[in-house]
Amino acid sequence: MANIPMPTRQVDELGAHGSAGGGGALVRLQLEGCEGVRKRKSCVGMLKSSIMLIVLLMVFFGSFLIGRYPVSPDMVVAIIVSKVIALPQVWTDTMETIVLKIRLPRIMAALLVGGALSVSGAAYQNLFRNPLVSPSILGASWGAGFGAVLGMILHLSWIWVEGLAFVCGLVAVFCALTISSYFGNKATISLVLAGIVVSAFFQALVSALKYLADPMNTLPEISFWLMGGLSKVKSQDVICSVLPVIVPIVVLYGLRWKINVLSVGDEEAQTLGINVRRTRLVVLVCATLLAAAATSIGGIIQWVGLLIPHTARMVFGANFTRVLFASLVLGATYLLMMDNLSRSIATLEIQVGILTALIGAPFFVFLLARAKRGWG
Amino acid sequence: MLAVDNISFGYSSSSDLLKSLSFAVNKGDVVCLLGPNGAGKTTLLRCLLGILKTRTGSVRVKGRKIGAIPARELAGYMAYVPQATTMVFPHRVLDMVVMGRTPHIGFTAGPSDDDLAIATEALAKLGIVHLADCLFSQISGGERQLALIARALTQRAELLIMDEPTSSLDYGNQVRILQVIDNLAEQGYSIIMTSHFPNHAFLLCNKVLIMKNGTITAFGSPDEVVTDSILSELYTTRVRIFEIEVGKSKTMKVCIPVLV
Repeated sequence: MANIPMPTRQVDELGAHGSAGGGGALVRLQLEGCEGVRKRKSCVGMLKSSIMLIVLLMVFFGSFLIGRYPVSPDMVVAIIVSKVIALPQVWTDTMETIVLKIRLPRIMAALLVGGALSVSGAAYQNLFRNPLVSPSILGASWGAGFGAVLGMILHLSWIWVEGLAFVCGLVAVFCALTISSYFGNKATISLVLAGIVVSAFFQALVSALKYLADPMNTLPEISFWLMGGLSKVKSQDVICSVLPVIVPIVVLYGLRWKINVLSVGDEEAQTLGINVRRTRLVVLVCATLLAAAATSIGGIIQWVGLLIPHTARMVFGANFTRVLFASLVLGATYLLMMDNLSRSIATLEIQVGILTALIGAPFFVFLLARAKRGWG
Repeated sequence: MLAVDNISFGYSSSSDLLKSLSFAVNKGDVVCLLGPNGAGKTTLLRCLLGILKTRTGSVRVKGRKIGAIPARELAGYMAYVPQATTMVFPHRVLDMVVMGRTPHIGFTAGPSDDDLAIATEALAKLGIVHLADCLFSQISGGERQLALIARALTQRAELLIMDEPTSSLDYGNQVRILQVIDNLAEQGYSIIMTSHFPNHAFLLCNKVLIMKNGTITAFGSPDEVVTDSILSELYTTRVRIFEIEVGKSKTMKVCIPVLV
């Protein structure tokens, strides 16, 4: 780097009174006007972000109130605060168990799964420059599905089932990557095709295992899991999945600007100074970790990772920095709301995957209608 | 500044699209690449940018092979202005332009207020600052081309590589883009551009590179290289060049086709 001087200052200085055609004052005026507009825009952005966060908080606390056993709001707040500051106990032990051991893990799981799926979808969509891509595109979902079903058939304890799901999800994506690299470097299309192939293969394996499963006990368990739901979540599961969700999100946040630039296309991104191969690989790995982690906790929950990034783009524009943050918050809020519905709408629980699909499909039609005016 | 030494390129090893090309671009040069469709102009640009790896020979920037320069550093030396394309995602024009700051943005950072100011300034220089908050996909072709030039300017690279900057623009917008390129050349940028219009060579350029079937058939100043006979052969159609008077004791050459 040392022997090559950076571009001369001459260029910059000359540029300052360049081609605008003697309109120096006019330019300055325009710049100032622009500054004002930008400030107003950033205020609107802040307002939207605040509303989004407040809604998340309200849904979070509200979720503790939903369930068969009634717990009043002040009790919920007191029980949660008592974990941080010592408070005199005015609640019953049953209440504490229900709030902290039953409802809290489930709420946290919904937040983690919703956030992970949405961020994963947003990253995949930017990476493939295709707004119709979902986290399952490279086979992570069905790979994880196969792992979980295998674990259930072998009657492993639940935490091992989830572990196996996570590992198989990664294996599936690794297979897709290997297949596509075997076919050469036309990255995007061969990768997507390899993902479809791998998904189909693991789906067939899942069917085979279902066929072998004990129809009285294991088969219903498998079927429910494949629908996607959070009813089996324990606090242990949440603790185990915190790292595989948080670490990729932090890495993606670090790469947010590069991911944003990748959305103009690989070749242009390279001329803008991005190491495309390396960046793509890191983003791919992170998005896959998220998808596998989410699937291993919640089963196959579809549509969240496809629709939430769209909604985020609709509200905040295409800049990936904002899309990442908005997807995380909106995704977490959305899945938590859906999970609340799933456990309160009927006397018996409806799997959350069914609800997200029921709402997702019509919403997708709405997106298609909008798509004529550009994806946003 | 840019030295191309004996490069060949082909997607398959049997047929070469570019055959042993050599030329050099000096600081301040404005080089126009002329040639019929399929001559390899865009392929050559992609080799210069390091997007395509040449099979033989080398492209050197300031004495260093581009293969050995990391993308981030290379982007500080040369900027690419692609043909205006459509975007999948609805980026705002300002967000698009500030992407040019990427080589100057820290490894895990996003664009700072300074970067946004530089991008806004570049928009202002090209007279499209009012479009900053519009969506890139919703502005006109000419405005998109200007925005892409603005993006290249924010890179602060000395060499601009433009792929048919006036393609699919109406006459007024073509002239506007040519004016912008001329101003940039005056400011000290070196420019390599492809074109389908020999007149562009007379209007803007101090060097013309003529390509046919992947080889360079002529390289030199417009007066030497852009002649009746060379152009007629290049495009296999009759072309005449006239000298016309523009203003007091100032002449310029124009190239027109002859229909029979």
